[in-house]
This record gives sequence, C-alpha cells and structure tokens, in this order.
Amino acid sequence: MTAVRCIDLCKTYRQGDQDIKALDHVSLEINAGSFLCLSAPSGGGKTTLLNAIGGLDAPDSGEVWIAGRRIDHLKKSELAQLRLMQIGFVFQAYNLIPVLTARENVEFVMQVQGLSAAERVRRSSAILDEVGLSGLENRRPAEMSGGQQQRVAVARAIVSHPALVLADEPTANLDSRSSDELLRVFVELNRKYDTTFVIATHDQRVMGYARRVIKMLDGRIVDDIEQHAD
Amino acid sequence: MRLLRIVATLAWRNLWRNRRRTLIMVAAVSVGVWAMIFMNALMRGMVDDMVRSGIESLPGHVQVHRLGFRDDPSINNLLPLNDAELAAKLDAAGLVAWSSRINVPAVITSERESRGVTLYGIDPERERKITFVPNSIVAGRFLEGVSDKGIVIGRRLLDALETDLGKRVVVMSQDPDNEIADRGFRIVGVFEAKLESYEETMVFAGKSTVQRMLHVADRVTEVAIMSDDYRFVEQTVQTVRDKLGADVEVLPWTELNTYLASMLTVMDGFALVWTIVIFLALSFGLVNTLVMAVFERVREIGLMLALGMRPFGILAQVVIESLLLLLMGLALGTLLAWLSILPLQSGIDVSAVADGMEMFGSSSVLYPKLTMADVVLANVVVLGLGFIASLSPAWRASRYQPIEAITKV
Repeated sequence: MTAVRCIDLCKTYRQGDQDIKALDHVSLEINAGSFLCLSAPSGGGKTTLLNAIGGLDAPDSGEVWIAGRRIDHLKKSELAQLRLMQIGFVFQAYNLIPVLTARENVEFVMQVQGLSAAERVRRSSAILDEVGLSGLENRRPAEMSGGQQQRVAVARAIVSHPALVLADEPTANLDSRSSDELLRVFVELNRKYDTTFVIATHDQRVMGYARRVIKMLDGRIVDDIEQHAD
Repeated sequence: MRLLRIVATLAWRNLWRNRRRTLIMVAAVSVGVWAMIFMNALMRGMVDDMVRSGIESLPGHVQVHRLGFRDDPSINNLLPLNDAELAAKLDAAGLVAWSSRINVPAVITSERESRGVTLYGIDPERERKITFVPNSIVAGRFLEGVSDKGIVIGRRLLDALETDLGKRVVVMSQDPDNEIADRGFRIVGVFEAKLESYEETMVFAGKSTVQRMLHVADRVTEVAIMSDDYRFVEQTVQTVRDKLGADVEVLPWTELNTYLASMLTVMDGFALVWTIVIFLALSFGLVNTLVMAVFERVREIGLMLALGMRPFGILAQVVIESLLLLLMGLALGTLLAWLSILPLQSGIDVSAVADGMEMFGSSSVLYPKLTMADVVLANVVVLGLGFIASLSPAWRASRYQPIEAITKV
C-alpha cells in the first residue's frame, strides 16, 4: 500500500534576484511502513520535499498524495486537520512548547484532537515509557537534555498513531550517543506500529538505519537505494 | 472545550514567561482602572450632591399637578382632589413620603421693601422628609403645623426686605375669583440655601393658613413625592398615576428640572469618555506587550500550527492571554479603588475651591460615590476594548505560515 505519492513536484524560491529550484520535477512513491531517508547536502531540496509531503508548504506544480488522498489543493484548515490526524512531525530544533511539561507536550496533539483526559494519560504514559523517559514526565524542556527533548518530540509524533512520521534533521543537534538512542527508538516504533518514517538528513549514521535512501541534489532525485538496515 | 483548556493553559503559562513585563502591564492596568473608578466616584459624588440638593429644594422625586399648572402656576389650577381624598389615595400607595402643598405667586412687603416671591403653604411634618428647609433654619424656628401663622423666609430676602426675625410682613396674592387675597405674617424663621435664588424667592407658611388666605378650603396645587432612589422613580410615577387617575399630571423630577437631569446624563457620558480615554492610553501598552509576546514565540506558534492546531486556536490563545492580563489588572484596580474610596466616605473638604461648586448647588464637602454601575462600566470597557485591541496581534499570529514561522530566526 502506498503511503506517499509525489508526482512531478516543482518548487522554486526567489533568493535575491535568483530563482532557486528547490524541487525539480520530483516524483516519488513511498510504501506504508517504510523507513526512508531523504539525503541531500544543504539546499538540496530534502526539507522542501518533506514540507510538501507534510502539507506545510505547497508545491508550485505537481501532486502530493497521502494515503490515497490528494493534498496539494487542500485548504489551510483541511491541511491542519490532515496533519493533526495523520502525520507526526519531528523537527531539528524548537520541537517542544517550552511552557508545557514532557507529558503535556506529548498530550498536546491528543488534546487538540479532543481525546479524553484518561485516554491521554494512558497513551502518554505508555509512549514516554517506550522512549525511555519514565520519571521525566513532569519536566519542562529547559530541564531536559537535547536528546531527551527529541525523544519527547518523537513520543508526541507517534502517540496518536499517525500513518506517517516526518522528521527533519532530527539528530542534527545531538551527540552520537543520543543520536543512536533516538534512531533505535525510531526503528522500534517503525517495527512495532508499522508507521511510515521519512527522515530528511545528511547524517550517514541515520542513513545506516534506513531501509531505503533517496539521494537528492539541486532539487532532483539522483539516486534511490534499497538497503538492509543496520 | 478541551481545545479551550489547552489554549487557556498555554495563555496563562506564557503570561509568566516574562514575569516582569506581565507585572508591569498588570500594574499599569490596575492604576488605569483605579483612576477610572476613583475619578468617576468623585464626579458621581459631586453630581449626586447637586441632584440631591436640587431635589430637596422642593421638587421631590415626583410631583403631581393639575393639567396645565406648569404653564400657568396660578390659584386657578388647583388639583381636582382635596386634602382628604389625596391622603386616602396616597397613604394607601405605599410611598416613601409625600406632601401636598399650595404654591402661588405672591408679593411680600415689609415696612420698607416689596419683592415678588412664591408662597408655599406646606404641612411642616410631611415636608421634613422631603425638603431641605426644616434643616436649614439659621434663625428662629421652622413652622410647627399646618395652622402656624408665622412665615419662614430666606436670608437674602430678609436682607432685601430690610426687615428682621419677629417682624411682620404682608403677603399678597389672588384668590380663585381674581380678588386680592392678603394676610399679615410674622417672620418666625430664616433659612439659608445653597442657591441664592431659593433664599430670594421662596417663602413658607402653614398650609391651612394659606388655604384660608386664598379662600380655597382644603385644596392644594401640588403634591411632592419621594421614592427610594432618585435614579429609579418610574415605578413611583406609575403607582401615583394609577392612584390619582388621568386628570392630573404626574411627572418625575427629571422632567421638572431638566438641568439636573441633563447633569446626570452628562455625568454618565463623562464616565464613559473618561474610561475610554484612560483605556486608550493603556491599550498602547497592551498591544505592545502582546506584539512582543507573539514576536518572541513565532517558532512555537509555527510548531503548533504544524502539529495541526487551527489558526483559531492561536488567535484564541493570544486573546485569552490578553484577557487574563486584563482580568488581573481589573481585579487589582477595582480593589485599589474600593480601598482608596472607603476611607473618604466621610467626605473630602474642598472648601478651598468650593465657591464655583456652590454656585452649581454642590456643597464644599465632596462625598465620593462608588457605584456598581461605574465599576461594571470600567470592567466592561476594559475587557471589551481590550478584547478588540488584542484581536490585531492575535489575528497576525494566527495567520503565520507554519513553516515560515518555524524557520524564523
């Protein structure tokens, strides 16, 4: 089953008096349950593609389909609903809401979804335990390390069982040990829930965990490699 | 409802991220609200004093006349009901106080001077609950009954007539047959009033004595009635109309003394304008605080939008943050106002600047009057306009594109 389908995506940014092609006729299909890395040097188009898949940015042309539904023409409110119910996000930084505790950050999406308090507590406790943050539920982001914060972000992304998790440079601000811990959490959640993970990165270690690596350069896909994960 | 809970939680916690800025803004709102309520209480006290003085000068809260009396206030326009009929109807109406009077234009003459005045034949006992005169006697005594043969006049009239307490004057008017009706009275009391014109033009005698002088048996020209509160007299007007029928004109004091009534309207307008002016000064600080707060949290707002919160949630968050800030300021400001007005209930001596105030019928002691209406006005204006002022930064925050906001440096 196809989780994501991109057809002939183009996106151009204006920078000064120059047009930068961030996506140049990109077509891509990602199966459900994949663990995939988008790899490119800075400015290669991986984040733009990730944002287009997540409904955060609209392509200039082309089509984006998520779980069989075309999303590039949806209204803002429909995109918000789609992101809320079907997509989990992990960003490079500023991932958490500073005034909320770890548990409240994890519960945030569920609260916006309208889940009951009991259900939220049950799910958030389970997922925080799963990502190794038991006992840290009541800490605010400023009281946690970078790795712990990213794990909270992962817990939040996965807690409402979305079909797709998009992570943009999730290990960029982490040391190697924290990166490995985080990636092992990704892999475990991918296996356990069959959630599709799409990770934009230029970190070789991250690519080592992926079963499929798509390499991009100047907004184009230049390589698509199936591999055995570490 | 669950969205509102998380939005309110975020708004409250965000308020305290920059504690100093929040406290300064709460202090500014408090001082503004205090100024609104305190100033309005002072002005309200002054106007209230003017209105009470005006009402006590004779009109009462409601007056009854024969139709046409106000155009021709003569002895020919007596009320169609006599004293006994009036008493039977009005005593049964459950009124706070009432008094019937006979008042006619007259000429008062001493051995040296004459002046045009209004002669009031009154029931002294009933008038004690209505007019200022019984409590304003500065020489001699007030009238002792409806058959008292003495007369009470104002200090200035006494001087103008070049006469004195205990001396005799002659009062002359017309009876219903247009014949001269006159009578000699001994001056038994002298009163002083806040308004000079009262002292110069009002003279009081026993009602029965005046009725005999004017040959009108037990008839009167007007009835003055008091209610519980001068601001709410409509019920009393209706009650009296129902009791006395359509042959008489029953009017509230606001129609009898339009100057005083307009003062109340002006005061209400002033209170609103004053409140809005202070709020406008506050609103700059409020909007600035919110703009800064939003600016500092652009990336968080982008994150929340990216995670699926609708723009309305962001808008609500900023608006609630503004309202929480205002509510704290309102509570503190209202408390401050109450605490500062409480010790001033016994009055503020403003005699140093009182000459002008006395000219308008206000006394030299100012009694601040804290009304629930003014407190509600200040709270509603601050919350209402604060809500409107916060919409602009809230709207801007809700319009961010998630990805642009997240990546904003």
